[in-house]
Amino acid sequence: MIKDFDNIIIKTVCRILTPFLQIFALYVIAHGHYSPGGGFQGGCILGASFILLVIAYDIDTVKKRMSEKLNTVMCSLGVIIYAGIGLTCLILGANYLDYGILHRVLPVDAVKARAMGTLGIEIGVGITVMSVMISIFLNIASGGKHEEGAID
Amino acid sequence: MKVFALIAVIITGAALIYSTFEMPDWGDAGSPANTHVSPRYIESSIKETATPNIVTSVLADYRGYDTLGETTVIFTAGMVCILLLRSKKDD
Repeated sequence: MIKDFDNIIIKTVCRILTPFLQIFALYVIAHGHYSPGGGFQGGCILGASFILLVIAYDIDTVKKRMSEKLNTVMCSLGVIIYAGIGLTCLILGANYLDYGILHRVLPVDAVKARAMGTLGIEIGVGITVMSVMISIFLNIASGGKHEEGAID
Repeated sequence: MKVFALIAVIITGAALIYSTFEMPDWGDAGSPANTHVSPRYIESSIKETATPNIVTSVLADYRGYDTLGETTVIFTAGMVCILLLRSKKDD
C-alpha cells in the first residue's frame, strides 16, 4: 500500500507544501488564545503534514525525520507536560491546574500567568495529538510492520 | 423477539422526540444553559485569564481537568494501537 512511486509532481508539491503546513500548525497552536484553534487542531495539522509525507514518499523518509522511538516518547511527553504544569501549580501551593500561581516562577502577573499556563498545556496537547496521529497512521497503514510494501 | 425489539426502539424514540418539545428555543436567553455560568464566562474570562478567545479559556482553564482527561484518552488510544498492531519484522 505504502510504496515509493515515482511521480515528480506529487513529490515536489508535497515537499514544498509540508513546511507551510507545519508553520500553519504552529500558528494554530500558538494563536489559539485569539482565534479558533488550539492544541487539538494544531496537533492534527502537524500530524497530517507527516502523513502527507508518508503518502507522497514512503515510511522510511518519515522515520528518518521522526523515528519511532522519538514518536512514542513524544506521545507521553505531551501528557507529562500537561500533568507537570498541573503538578507545578500544586507544588507552588494552589489547586491542581490553577495556573494563576505560576506568576511566582514566570516573570508575569497572575492574570497573564493564566494565559501562559493555557499556552503550555496547549503545546502539550499538540505534541500528544501529533505523535498519536502519526503512530496510529503508520501502524494501520503498514499492518504494524513499519516498512514499505508491508500490505500490498 | 425482533418485534419486541422494534417496539422497544419505537417507544424509546417516541419518548426522546417527545422530550425535545420541552427543550428551550435555539438561542433562548432565558434557558438554563445561558443563565447559569455562561454570563460569568462572557463577562469575566478576559479579566481573569487574559485570553480573548472564551472557548480556549473555558477549555484549558476553567475546565482544564476535563481537557487533561481528553488528552489522556488520545494518549491511551495511541498506546493501545501500538500494543495491538505493532509487530516485529521477522514475524
